[in-house]
Amino acid sequence: MPVLIDTVSKQPSPGTPPPLYKKREPIYPKLVHGPFRMIKWAVLVATLAVYYILPWLRWDRGPGVPNQAVLVDFAEARFFFFFIQLWPQEVYYFTGLLVTAALALFLVSALFGRLWCGYACPQTVWTDLYIVVERLFEGDRNARMRLDAAPLSLNKAWRKGGKHLVWILVALVTGGAWVFYFQDAPTLFGQLFSGQAPVTAYLSVGILTFTTYMLAGTMREQVCTYMCPWPRIQGAMLDEHSLQVTYRIDRGEARGPHKKGETWEGRGDCIDCLQCVVVCPMGIDIRNGAQMECINCGLCIDACDEVMDKVGRPRGLIAYDTDAAVAARLAGTKPVYRFVRTRTLYYAVALLLVGSVMLFGLLTRSPMAMDVLRDRNPEYITLSDGSVRNGYTVQIMNRSIRPEVYFLAFHGPHGAHMRTVGQTHEGPISVALPADGQRSLRVFVTVPPSDHEHHRDHSEPAEFRLISQGGKQLEKATVFLSSGEDE
Amino acid sequence: MVHNDKDEVTGINTTGHEWDGIRELDNPLPRWWLWIFYACIAFAIGYWVLMPAWPGLHGYTHGLLAKSDRAQVAVDLNALKAQRGLAGAGLVNASLEQIEADPKLQAYALAAGASVFGDNCATCHGAGGGGGKGYPNLRDDVWLWGGTPADIEHTLRVGIRSGHPNARMSQMPAFGRDQIVTPDQVNDLTEYVVALSRRKANTAAVARAAPVFQAQCGVCHGPAGMGNQAVGAPNLTDRDWLYGADRASIHSQIWNARGGVMPTWEKRLDTATIKALAVYVHANAGGK
Repeated sequence: MPVLIDTVSKQPSPGTPPPLYKKREPIYPKLVHGPFRMIKWAVLVATLAVYYILPWLRWDRGPGVPNQAVLVDFAEARFFFFFIQLWPQEVYYFTGLLVTAALALFLVSALFGRLWCGYACPQTVWTDLYIVVERLFEGDRNARMRLDAAPLSLNKAWRKGGKHLVWILVALVTGGAWVFYFQDAPTLFGQLFSGQAPVTAYLSVGILTFTTYMLAGTMREQVCTYMCPWPRIQGAMLDEHSLQVTYRIDRGEARGPHKKGETWEGRGDCIDCLQCVVVCPMGIDIRNGAQMECINCGLCIDACDEVMDKVGRPRGLIAYDTDAAVAARLAGTKPVYRFVRTRTLYYAVALLLVGSVMLFGLLTRSPMAMDVLRDRNPEYITLSDGSVRNGYTVQIMNRSIRPEVYFLAFHGPHGAHMRTVGQTHEGPISVALPADGQRSLRVFVTVPPSDHEHHRDHSEPAEFRLISQGGKQLEKATVFLSSGEDE
Repeated sequence: MVHNDKDEVTGINTTGHEWDGIRELDNPLPRWWLWIFYACIAFAIGYWVLMPAWPGLHGYTHGLLAKSDRAQVAVDLNALKAQRGLAGAGLVNASLEQIEADPKLQAYALAAGASVFGDNCATCHGAGGGGGKGYPNLRDDVWLWGGTPADIEHTLRVGIRSGHPNARMSQMPAFGRDQIVTPDQVNDLTEYVVALSRRKANTAAVARAAPVFQAQCGVCHGPAGMGNQAVGAPNLTDRDWLYGADRASIHSQIWNARGGVMPTWEKRLDTATIKALAVYVHANAGGK
C-alpha cells in the first residue's frame, strides 16, 4: 500500500508550538456540471419532495381513525404508516427498523463508501440547497470571494441580507414541515397561522428553524468534521476493496502544469489545475487520498473529467475506485474488484435476517391483542365459604380499522368461573371494541374450595382465551394461585 | 510545551501521551468552539440576572423573572383540582348504581378511586386492599357493616368508632379481662367458636359453653353465630377471621375484645372522591 497522504504540507516548522485554536478557512465551492452533479440534484429534489409532501398524503382508514398516511400520534400513542398501524407495545418494530437502517448503511459503506454522506444525508442536501441560494445572491465562487473581500457597500449589504433572509425562510419551512408528521397536517397548518397550534409545535418549528439555519447556512462542513460521529466510525466499515472517490495516483503523478502541444510522456495526467479543490464542498484536496473529511460526493470527479476532456486525456483521473485497484496498477498488475467479501457477506446476511424477521412479524401480525396482568397484592383471596378468588387485569386491543366483538373465556382449575365488574351473568364475556380501540377489564376468577377429589397446588396453570367473531383465537397463559392446602 | 513526537501517517505532532500504544494527535480546536465557551459565560451571567441563582444566609437572589418551581406546583395543583372538579361533577350528580352502569363514569371512578385508595386507605388495608390481622380484607365477600356500594359509601363517610356522631359503632365486651365470665368459660367458649366454623373441637367444652354463648354472645352474633351486619357483629361460622382463626387468637379476642378504628373521611375527602372510592372498593371486591 502506498502512503497516499501528503505529509509535507501539514508539518509545522520545528520549534513553534502548535496553535491551540484553528481559524476556520472559508470554503467557496464552485458550481460544477456533470453526471454526479446531476445525480445530486435528482437526490436533492427527491428527498426534499418526500420530506415536504409525505405528511400531506391521505390514507383512508375509516371513521374514528386518522386519515393521514404517515403520522406519529403521541397523544393517542399510535404510529401510522400507510397500511401499517403500530401500537406502543410494538415499539420493537422501530428497533428493527433502526437495526435494518444501520446494517444497510454498513453494507453500502463497505461496498461503495460514503454514499449516504455524499448524497442523502440531510446535512448534505440542505447545505446544497443553501449554496444554491447563496449562488443566487452572491454569484459563483470567484464573485463570492470578491464580495467577501470587498468593503461594506449597499450592493454587499443587500446581497448578504437577502441571502440570510431566504436562508431563514427555507429554515422556517423546513422546521414547519417537521411538525406536520405529528398532527393532522391540514388542521395544524391552519392552527400554525391563526396562533392556535400547541406551544410544542411553535417550539419545534423554532428549534428546527434555528438548527437548519445554523447547520446548513453557517456551520456546513464543520458539522461533518467536528460534530458527526459517522466519519470517524465509517473507517471500520471500509477496507481496500471499498469503492471510494479516489485520485488515481498511478495515473496522475508526477503532476505539474501542462502546456498545449507538450508531450504527455514521462509525466502524470494531473495538470495541477486545482479544479478538484475549488469545487469541493469540504474544502479538501482529494489528491491527498482518503480523508475523514471527504463525504464522497463525487463533485471533484465531474470537475476533473471536464478538465481531462479539455486537455484531451481520458476521463477518470478521479473516479470511484478502490485502494487495492490503485495499488495493483502501481505494481503493474491487473486490478481486481471484489464486492463479495467476508465483511460484505456478514452485513448482507445480517440485513437479510433482520429484514426477514421484521417482514414475517408484520405479515403475521394479528389485529387482535391481549395482555394479562395478574394481581400480586394480594395474590389470592379466600372467600367466606373457603373458595379462592384471583384478580386479573385483562387489556384487550382491537388494532384493526373495523369495530370488533371479542369473547373472553378463562380455562383453569376445575370449577373455575369468571366474572367482570358489572357483569350480570357467568361465563364468557363479550367485549365490543371500536376501530383502533382498547379496553381494560378487571376479571375475577373464583374456584370452589378444594377437596380430596380436586386437590389444588399453590400455583396452577391457566389461560385466557380471546375469540373473535370470525373464529380467530388468541391465548395468553397465566397462573391461578391459592394457599395450596386442603382446608 | 512542544513535543517532537510526530505521528508518521498524518505528520501531525501528538500530545505526547500514550495509552496502551494509542497516541492522541495534537490537532488545534476549531475557533468557534472557543466562541461557544464565551457564549456559555454570557448565558450564565444572563441567567444569574434573570433566574434565582445565588444562595445567601437568609434567602437567595430571586432574579428579575423571580421564577419559583414551588409556586408553579401550587398553580398546577389548583389547575388540576379545577379539572378534577369538572370531571368529578359527573360523580356527584349520579347515584352509585348509575356510576357503575355507565362504563365511562365507572372507568373514571375506578381510576380516581385507585389513586385515592393508595393515598389514604392502603396504609391499613394494604396496597391491594388485602388487609391484615385486625384490618379487614376489602377484597373478599365478608362485610361487617355491609358490602353494597351505599353501605361502603356510608362507612367511608362516618367511619367506625371514629367519634363521628353517626359513626358505625359496636363494642364487644372484654369477657375475660372484665371478669364477665370465668377464665374456664372463656376456654370453653373458644372451643364453641371453633366448632361453629365446622372444625374439630372438644365436645364436652362445646356442651358446657352452649348456654354461656346463648346468654352472652347470641345477642349480637345471633343464636347460630351467623353475625349481624346491623351491629357489625362478625359471622363466626365462615372461614374469615379478622383477628386470626387459631384457638389462641380466638381466646385472646374473647378475653380482650379488640375493635379497630376507621376514621371518618367526610371532612377530608369531597363527595366525588368518596363516591369514586366506594365504587372502586366495591368493584375490587368482585362487585356483588
